[in-house]
Amino acid sequence: MAAIERPDLTRLDAEEARRLRGEQFERIGRWLLPLLIMLAAIWLWDRICVWNEIPHYILPRPGVVLLTLWTDAALLFGSLLTTLKITFLGLALAVIGGVGLAVLFAQSKWVEMSFFPFAVVLQVTPIVAIFPLINIYVDNQTAKLLLCAWIVAFFPILSNTTLGLNSVDRNLIDLFKLSRASRWQQLWHLRLPAAMPYFLGGLKIAGGLSLIGAVVAEFVAGSSGQSSGLASRIIEAGYRLNAPRLFAALILISVTGIVIFLVLSLVSHLILRRWHESALKQER
Amino acid sequence: MLQTATATSATAGRGGEPLLVLRSVGKTFSTGVTALDGVDLTIREGDFLSLLGPSGCGKSTALRLIAGLSTPTSGALDWNKPLGDDCIGFVFQEPTLLPWASVFDNVWLPLRLRGVSRAKAAPAVREMLERVHLGGFEDAVPRELSGGMKMRVSIARALVTKPRILLMDEPFAALDEITRFKLNADLLELWQDERFTTIFVTHSVFESVFLSTRIVVMAARPGRVFEELAVDAPYPRDETFRTSPEYAALCRKTSGVLAAAMGEATDGGH
Repeated sequence: MAAIERPDLTRLDAEEARRLRGEQFERIGRWLLPLLIMLAAIWLWDRICVWNEIPHYILPRPGVVLLTLWTDAALLFGSLLTTLKITFLGLALAVIGGVGLAVLFAQSKWVEMSFFPFAVVLQVTPIVAIFPLINIYVDNQTAKLLLCAWIVAFFPILSNTTLGLNSVDRNLIDLFKLSRASRWQQLWHLRLPAAMPYFLGGLKIAGGLSLIGAVVAEFVAGSSGQSSGLASRIIEAGYRLNAPRLFAALILISVTGIVIFLVLSLVSHLILRRWHESALKQER
Repeated sequence: MLQTATATSATAGRGGEPLLVLRSVGKTFSTGVTALDGVDLTIREGDFLSLLGPSGCGKSTALRLIAGLSTPTSGALDWNKPLGDDCIGFVFQEPTLLPWASVFDNVWLPLRLRGVSRAKAAPAVREMLERVHLGGFEDAVPRELSGGMKMRVSIARALVTKPRILLMDEPFAALDEITRFKLNADLLELWQDERFTTIFVTHSVFESVFLSTRIVVMAARPGRVFEELAVDAPYPRDETFRTSPEYAALCRKTSGVLAAAMGEATDGGH
């Protein structure tokens, strides 16, 4: 990629100069605008608390929440770590299970037709409704939570990877046949790389879902009082009317979700940037 | 110059040993469509054979049968030697490259699938890339290349295994005319060097006359051989040939046969 040359503005006609300015504004605005709106919203939140004299156990001011995040850091971040552990383990298992099943499905249409409905059933049944059953059958607390995170996260990976493994250029398959490629060679050199963009799309969705699965599982399990993740902090804070800590935990969960999404987006971009359409820079 | 011309035209004619004989080959799909009916065709060593015809005349079906990607409903294909691993090079209408793999890896692919390591394959791959004028592009990925360059990679990939026969299915149909002319000339240059037997499917009269030793004009519904034409112009052919009266006359003759083939197909349809 050649270094970006700064065009000489004086030599551009009015239309091109306007276009260039527009692009520069857009580059800055993309970050600045959401930030400004966010700050304005927080300021409004603060003002509403002050103007209406709302007590902090109903709606704490943003400053108080921020302070709680600092003073309760040890407690909150410890819990975050517990939740993160479940999230990532769940996601890892979802990747292994999702990709593994997708590869199995790709081996034969019959296998796919026979077993895909089970995956759908698992996906459409609300995890909250399944949990009591898991609670009966599984003793280990971590295993319970993991199973929940896995059930929620594995479906997008399975369905996307299956789609990817099946959407290979027919001519390329013919080419592999002409070379007398084995099934394994076809999978390794053709189907898996072709499925990569689809898999990564599924992974982005699954990352967020795994966090949701972990938190929801803790919520449902929380009543038994053994969990120490962020969800149990929220329940606990709710019982004690400790709204600032509740808000702090909530913010921590959201931020974690955003970070997971951004990291997975970056990973996806780095893997696909050289060849896939989705990672190409728009050229007018 | 004259000597090479006579020497090449001697092999260009009907002198080569039969490589493949199609004996009343027919193909009917499960949908009931008869794509090919009673096709008799002899492909000789060193032939550059063009299959020319309107769409629906079964040119591509014939190519797939020869490649072994499909089996005939009736008749037989007799090869002079049993088919081994390394006999067929195929160039599709689209470049059909692995988008995630570099130019080098794309050309290496057929060797790689036969268990040839990267280091062992490297000399052959590099030589092939030089010969299609893509030396220095080893590390580019397909999307960084133009349509013509992608097609060159595809040709290099088909030839890197030194196939017994090269099958090309309207390879240049999607390219602009300037690029197509250049690729025609370059393909012919490669062929003149090695005389690999080639079957070239096209719907362009001009392309078929410029390239071929023989043109098989096909008619549609059902797909069948309408007439075989020998192109007796000597090789090497270049841009001078393209502008010669001889070329124009051959094109006119071929166009006439094609028109007759299409006229008959329409009559047969009634």
